[in-house]
Amino acid sequence: MIKTVQKYNAIMTGNEAVAIGAKLARVRFISAYPITPQTTIVEKLAEMVANRELDSRYVEVESEHSAMAAVMASELTGARSYTATSSHGLLYMHEMLHWVAGQRLPVVMSVVNRAIGPPWNIWSDQTDTMNQKDTGWLQVYCESNQEALDTILMGYKIAENRDVLLPLMTMEDAFVLSHTSEPVNVPEQKAVDDFLPELDLSFRIDVENPMGYGSYSTPDGPFMELKKDMSDSMDKARKAIKKVTAEFAASMERDYSGLLEEFMMEDAEYAIIASGTLASSGKYVVQRMREKGHKVGLIRIRFFRPFPSEEIRNATKGLKALGVMDRSMSFGTGGNTYLEVSSSLYGQGYTPIYGFTAGLGGRDVKIEDFEEMFRVMENKEPGRYWINVRGAD
Amino acid sequence: MSVELTEMPFSIPKQELMEPGNTACHGCGATLSMRYVLKAMGKNTVVSVPASCWAVIPGAMPNRTLDVPMVYTPFAATGASISGLREALDLQGKEDYNVVGFAGDGGTSDIGLQSLSGAMERGHNVFYIMYDNEGYMNTGVQRSGSTPYGAVTTTTPLGKDRNYKKQPKKVVADLMIAQKVPYVATATVAYPEDLVRKIGNAKRINGPKFIQILSPCPTGWYYSPEKTVEVSRLAVQSHMFPLYEYINGTFKLSKPPQPIEVRKYLAAQSRFSHLNDAEIEEIQSYVDKRWAELQKMERGSGQPTPG
Ligand SMILES: Cc1ncc(C[n+]2csc(CCOP(=O)(O)OP(=O)(O)O)c2C)c(N)n1
Ligand code: SF4
Ligand SMILES: [Mg+2]
Repeated sequence: MIKTVQKYNAIMTGNEAVAIGAKLARVRFISAYPITPQTTIVEKLAEMVANRELDSRYVEVESEHSAMAAVMASELTGARSYTATSSHGLLYMHEMLHWVAGQRLPVVMSVVNRAIGPPWNIWSDQTDTMNQKDTGWLQVYCESNQEALDTILMGYKIAENRDVLLPLMTMEDAFVLSHTSEPVNVPEQKAVDDFLPELDLSFRIDVENPMGYGSYSTPDGPFMELKKDMSDSMDKARKAIKKVTAEFAASMERDYSGLLEEFMMEDAEYAIIASGTLASSGKYVVQRMREKGHKVGLIRIRFFRPFPSEEIRNATKGLKALGVMDRSMSFGTGGNTYLEVSSSLYGQGYTPIYGFTAGLGGRDVKIEDFEEMFRVMENKEPGRYWINVRGAD
Repeated sequence: MSVELTEMPFSIPKQELMEPGNTACHGCGATLSMRYVLKAMGKNTVVSVPASCWAVIPGAMPNRTLDVPMVYTPFAATGASISGLREALDLQGKEDYNVVGFAGDGGTSDIGLQSLSGAMERGHNVFYIMYDNEGYMNTGVQRSGSTPYGAVTTTTPLGKDRNYKKQPKKVVADLMIAQKVPYVATATVAYPEDLVRKIGNAKRINGPKFIQILSPCPTGWYYSPEKTVEVSRLAVQSHMFPLYEYINGTFKLSKPPQPIEVRKYLAAQSRFSHLNDAEIEEIQSYVDKRWAELQKMERGSGQPTPG
């Protein structure tokens, strides 16, 4: 469970929290394009730059593709760079996401999770970021405004680690976090500066040492080796994540315990895996059911990339059944987390796995829905189930 | 005011920033364009290149023929790439770096137009060089918005229906003038002094600069590689590709000393060899009309104000 020594000193929305996180990280370059519900992040940052509270260049580009292209270029000069987007904006960036990762640039981006049309829908689901899981970006789902702020600070430190050098996207749910105020502890700038040193990009652009950034490779050139190196770095990121979250806990007194969070898992017989704010609702239900004597627990995935396979294997040992909740769908197969968890547990002894598709397009996932999931796990065959949808059997 | 092309002083810097070993086709006009651009820019230059022949010409990793940092970028993103480079370099006190986007006509007139227009509108202190070979050459000579009327490409094949390109060339430099970009010019490889001089003028302007360089392509225009400079010169003499310079609202047109009929230019390349007399006449009257418009534009404009 996450240990927090809470010292709230402000009340703010998730979007304000990430904007303040970016400011505390002393980002030097910001480029973004507006989309609901990300807009208040970039408005806030534009205001900070305009008021000289933040010594940074802000470039108001004409598309998300350009935002990420400008960020790639600026990061190559050695300037710590930042952007934020959501939903269709993130999909529009897709090509650039591969480029930034392939150029090995430790950019951090905030994504407000929002559904993809049609039909148009501005509410929360994870289809946008699940579609980016293969781009070489680290991905972190946050549960609170505090975590959203802190993850920007930890994010840069993890991404800029020399063993990692990969970009990182941090997620918050549309409206539930982005536009909802919560108490937040804003760290002192001095503490952040001690925790997060300036970016020192060893391969930055220099006319005295001209290099090519990108270029092209034949099949027998370094292409495959470079991809393997990205894959190795993604694996090495696990260690860096643990190291950085421990350092953060030591200096900021908030411990995010690595890649995932276990909640009441000690003697659990049934558990649900969830991420984002749905995990908070799930925790509430687990607590209530525990009070009635049910041995239930919850695992909250923070990092989806790198995927916490080993942690999930350890946390789920001895369970009678495991439910995996997904706020996105890979049509023709199943929920994305369900697939990843299934592959993580393959060959580990048989844990029945239930895939639950819930909360698409911001559809509410209520207490009864969680209770329903636990009931399904006790009474029905393992498989894929839709929750709170009209027309399901 | 007109400038006689023959009166240019010899002004091309000796410095070479392009090493041997390029993988371009023999007689590649785009390679000459880069060479002259780098000579004019000098060593303090960062070049950003999108998908195009020029993403391939300097060689495969880890080899590279250019002695300046090169930022490769996706096809649509040149304008954004140079915007990010400029602002981030300025922030670090590197205002003395020239930031140069070097993109093909497809990457400029089609997929990259939005990003180009955005960068020019925001007013970054950058150079955008469009090397115009009038087609998607890297992918095998397909039509682009910048392909001229009458040309056969692999996506406008003659076929049974005489399906050559039926729309006139989209001239991006004209669009940039319409957008009131502070410095806009056209140039071509047959007139390197003119090209180098234009970059010199552009350098004196703190703001966005756009230069469209006609870069003949033997592979896609179907002519013999040793004729690149000749074809480039014919394009100017026939008024098919007028050379002009627009500086802060003042427009001047270069009048070629020995104008020729477009027929002569068209005949030099097999991409036009199917055209009949009526079609050639149509092109001639289109070219004459545009030339008259450009002259009118020059008369309507005040004196040029290079620094
Ligand atoms: C998003 C995207 N779409 C398509 C391509 C394929 N592509 C690569 S280069 C190119 C043509 C480039 O044409 P142009 O900009 O005129 O440069 P040239 O090759 O003629 O020098 C195309 C279509 C690509 N790389 N990226
Ligand atoms: S196809 Fe044309 S532009 Fe491309 S390298 Fe060959 S000659 Fe140059
Ligand atoms: Mg071209």
